Amino acid sequence: AEGVVCGHDLFVASAMEPPDNILKVKTHRRGKDILIDHNYLEIASPTTSTKFGHYYDISKTMSPELLQSIKWHSFYLPEELSLEPKLKMCNMNCGYANLLHSIQRVIYQEGFDGSHPQKKQKNILRIGIQSLGSLLWGDDICSSDTPEDIHSLTKFLYVLRGLLRKSLSACIITVPSHLIQNKAIMERVTNLSDMVVGLESFIGSERETNPLYKDYHGLLHVHQIPRLNSLICDVSDTKDLAFRLKRKQFTIEWVQDNYLRQERNIYPPGFSYLLKQKDSAWGEGSLQHSTFLMSFLAKAPALASRLVRHSEPLKQTGSGRIRQTAELRMWCYGHRQEAPGLLVIST
Amino acid sequence: MTEVSSTRSVKARCGSFLVGTERGVQREGFQVAGRSSTAGSMSAAASPQGKFTLLRDTGTDGSFLVHHFLSFYLRAGCKVCFVALLQSFSHYNIVAQKLGVSLTAARERGQLVFLEGLKSCLDLLFGEEEPSGEPSPLQFISGSTSNLKALFDFVRTSLTPADSASWKGPVLLVDDLSVLLSLGAAPVAVLDFIHYCRVVVCSQLQGNIVVLVHGSEDAEDEENDLVGNSLGHHSDLILWVEGLATGFCKDVHGEIKIIKRLSLESTEQDLVQVYQYKIQERNVTFFARGLSAAVL
Repeated sequence: AEGVVCGHDLFVASAMEPPDNILKVKTHRRGKDILIDHNYLEIASPTTSTKFGHYYDISKTMSPELLQSIKWHSFYLPEELSLEPKLKMCNMNCGYANLLHSIQRVIYQEGFDGSHPQKKQKNILRIGIQSLGSLLWGDDICSSDTPEDIHSLTKFLYVLRGLLRKSLSACIITVPSHLIQNKAIMERVTNLSDMVVGLESFIGSERETNPLYKDYHGLLHVHQIPRLNSLICDVSDTKDLAFRLKRKQFTIEWVQDNYLRQERNIYPPGFSYLLKQKDSAWGEGSLQHSTFLMSFLAKAPALASRLVRHSEPLKQTGSGRIRQTAELRMWCYGHRQEAPGLLVIST
Repeated sequence: MTEVSSTRSVKARCGSFLVGTERGVQREGFQVAGRSSTAGSMSAAASPQGKFTLLRDTGTDGSFLVHHFLSFYLRAGCKVCFVALLQSFSHYNIVAQKLGVSLTAARERGQLVFLEGLKSCLDLLFGEEEPSGEPSPLQFISGSTSNLKALFDFVRTSLTPADSASWKGPVLLVDDLSVLLSLGAAPVAVLDFIHYCRVVVCSQLQGNIVVLVHGSEDAEDEENDLVGNSLGHHSDLILWVEGLATGFCKDVHGEIKIIKRLSLESTEQDLVQVYQYKIQERNVTFFARGLSAAVL
């Protein structure tokens, strides 16, 4: 979406669904240009007033006129394989080999690698590859512990790295790492990438009930940040990033912010009063406040279960429960039985 | 560490590459600075030759050591063959300029032979046939051969002194060896390649070799560990860089363990020193554990 709005060229590759669908979903530009709310990006450009990023409404699709204003290339694996099923490149998986050839062709023909110096305007190619390494690309590293060819993915990434380094392009790849059994492959993939970000969802995990994570859908881990052209190999500063996905917004926040916002719900009632007092010795930033917070955080998991139970509204009164059962029975056999007023008491 | 008898032909000798910095090891806060050139250049020429240094990093990035060695040897006037597999030439050039050395100038006067792995791989896969008929150094990627002989031939021809220009002592620098494993080379092939290089560079030409092996904290990559440990047994000096065990810290980027092999033929204990470091824009500061500037 960013690419379309900035006027960059796009290259979308997928084995799952036709790239047209990917481009249609997810992007509708809203009115103003505002800084995206990442802590990481804020650190990167703290005082410049240049606008970076745009807001998108992910519930709507992008207007076709906007799409037509840029040049985009697509790569849909089932189609490409049917055209050239036998393409081989250094013992690599056929799908990857096709994709590499396609990317190299686009880079060369459109002049992103400087091969057509007479082209006046220099543009950037943004490449997006969906679900690399999954079964749909013909690679079995996701389905088996001892895959047939463990080097395909890493070879592909190395050649892709070479292509990106010598041209004006950037690439984002999604990899279903939760499916890859072989940890060594993930280590090598991380080593060959510049920036590695992991998304961990709360669905089905024990963190779902933790009140710290109440408003969020998952955690964002920044495993590696690019260290190009510099001696410094820093790691990202903030470690507790979580994301939340609403109908119109995908936000990434530092978890502590949300925690502090919720303090009045989490602290025992008496303490809440103390903390809210102006000029109180317990105000934010005071030593007592910090020590209280620290000891409280240590006990948070135990309190969490208590909170969850307490926050459930009282659902049923005595009569309500019976009414519910009666309704169920009435609709039991797909049609309403006679005598709705009868109480059926289960035995 | 128990002694491992090896079939190497290199005679073990006491000494260290970081001679310029060794004096500073005794006091905390010495710097591997880009500006302290004279001490480094004199000692590189005077230090014992034929050494094999292994750089290992686990859980953090140890490439700052590679940059250091590269600028160190270039300033000392040695002929350097740099096999750069992970990054492009401009990356190393920009960092080297911060440390006071220009790679383009070194390449032009013939002091530096730079193999840019990424570019060479692209030429191999997408380029036309080599006009000169020479095989590409990274030919093993295409699967035609399983050994790294082409790469070894490249190293040998670049470091063998052909003309009258006299550079002090050849040096082979590799960044990093784990990439060869990712590209499909077997661990045995990688070890063979290093062995052949040692025979030529260390014993025949009396040069030095510095190799980086990158690992990760969980050590799940068995092939990588195999290569790293095997080379460790044969090294004269091991610089092991790790992240802090307690987590991330802004002022201390990690710990470096310096393991010096006093003699591989006797059963003396190796000398082990541990320091912590912080990487800055143009240099790296080392200090004793727990004595970082932020704490004092």
